[in-house]
Amino acid sequence: MIHFDKVSKIYSDDSIALDEVSFTVNSQEFVTIVGHSGAGKSTLIKMLLLEEKPSHGTILFEKFDVSRLRRRDIPKYRRRIGTVFQDFKLIPNKTVFENVAFAMEAAGRTDEEIAADVPHVLSLVDLRKKIWNFPHELSGGEKQRVAIARAIINQPDVVIADEPTGNLDPINAREIVEILKRINSLGTTVILTTHNKDVVDAIGKRVITMEKGKIIRDNKDGKYAL
Amino acid sequence: MTIWSNFKRTARAGFIGFWRNGFVSLASVLIMTVTLFVFGSTIFINALLEASIHEVESRVDINVYFSSSAKEDDILALKTKVETLPEVALPVEYISKEDVLGNFKKHHENDEVILQSLDELDVNPFGAILNIRAKEVAQYEGIARFFADTQTDDGGTQIQKINYYNNKQAIDSLGRAVDGGRKIGASITIALALLSILITFNTIRLSTYIARDEIAVMRLVGASNGFIREPFIIAGAMYGALAGIIVLGGFYPVTYWIASSIGDFFGGLDLFAYYIEHFGEITLLLVISGIVLGSVSSFLAVRRYLRI
Repeated sequence: MIHFDKVSKIYSDDSIALDEVSFTVNSQEFVTIVGHSGAGKSTLIKMLLLEEKPSHGTILFEKFDVSRLRRRDIPKYRRRIGTVFQDFKLIPNKTVFENVAFAMEAAGRTDEEIAADVPHVLSLVDLRKKIWNFPHELSGGEKQRVAIARAIINQPDVVIADEPTGNLDPINAREIVEILKRINSLGTTVILTTHNKDVVDAIGKRVITMEKGKIIRDNKDGKYAL
Repeated sequence: MTIWSNFKRTARAGFIGFWRNGFVSLASVLIMTVTLFVFGSTIFINALLEASIHEVESRVDINVYFSSSAKEDDILALKTKVETLPEVALPVEYISKEDVLGNFKKHHENDEVILQSLDELDVNPFGAILNIRAKEVAQYEGIARFFADTQTDDGGTQIQKINYYNNKQAIDSLGRAVDGGRKIGASITIALALLSILITFNTIRLSTYIARDEIAVMRLVGASNGFIREPFIIAGAMYGALAGIIVLGGFYPVTYWIASSIGDFFGGLDLFAYYIEHFGEITLLLVISGIVLGSVSSFLAVRRYLRI
């Protein structure tokens, strides 16, 4: 489904974020990418979301080359990927409902569809009662659950979670991991980056380990090893 | 999605953004109010300037003195002809020789010697006078030439004197002053308008800068550039419209106060009456300027954060 072929990102001679990285993520797979800060995890995610373009190499999403997408096709491509970030990235002056609805509005869905789907998805992440609250009125765990609801509302092909538990306590972190596992079990591909050993061990699926911009290990047994 | 439901969604998002970012909106509206006030003031300054120039212009005229033997019918025929000239401001004033004599006597009613001298004359020694005003100061030269040509044609038997040539220098200076006044007025208007646009643009840019993270999130969830931009444009237009309405309301007491303070100093223009009379045009100008300034500024400010 997603294929990185010798992808490099070079900012300058002494600043190489990714160095000829190659790997494939299959449909419905749950892949965890681990590594220390600066290992290249976030750069990899940014390139998949087209926030950055590779210096060399090719990124294929299904059959098309991501970096060759025309500007006007980029939003449509991004709607096929749900994103969850460490700092939640919720829109502060929109309510929980509006934050989730925004992704549907951006995809051109009707008001009737939004009115039906948003409460349903918020129920799935157990936030039905906070539907009219603003982000600043929520705890960290709740904010992350809103972000997950927003990420899955358009039924994307892939959910990318970039350090989603980084700002959460262990209990909330475990809840978020459980939700991501549930999303994966329903058929959505999940790519998770983290450096939390407990999280990796709790998932028990494929783990790609990165160091200094390279993939140094790709294990299917799901254990954290750095 | 129909165009109408898309518009409703955009308008709602713009209004919500305007309302919930209350402090930023208030600051933007206040700055735009000040800039639109400056913008609107140029309308009134120009009106006062025009009235003053018009007043000065109206005090200039050409006096054509006819000989006492010139026939009234001929003079009136010439008056009719002059009135057809496009550069002549109507009406052309005709003072008959009898009126000239009457005015002279009235002016010298305390001077017995002059009055007695006049009585000893059997005939009226004065000729009739035509007073002509031009629409523009620069047009006096052409009108004077018309009379000079007529004077040449009749061999000087009818037209005795054209006073333009005595006052030519003063009229030319006035013409230059009027032109200069208009140019300065136009320059001030353009400079203030540019300044207003610049200040407004920077204010909106600042309010958009505050929302840059929000825009980044919108892009990440797959919103198209147009979808992100439109609510900001609506909010910008709302800043402008609201500021325009505030300025419009503010000009009511301001023009009233100025009108009662300056009286008829500037060519007798009543600024308050001018405001009431041109209310429709001023409303359109201020509100539309505000909407255009706000929305264009928003468009340009958001564009910066939409580059991939």
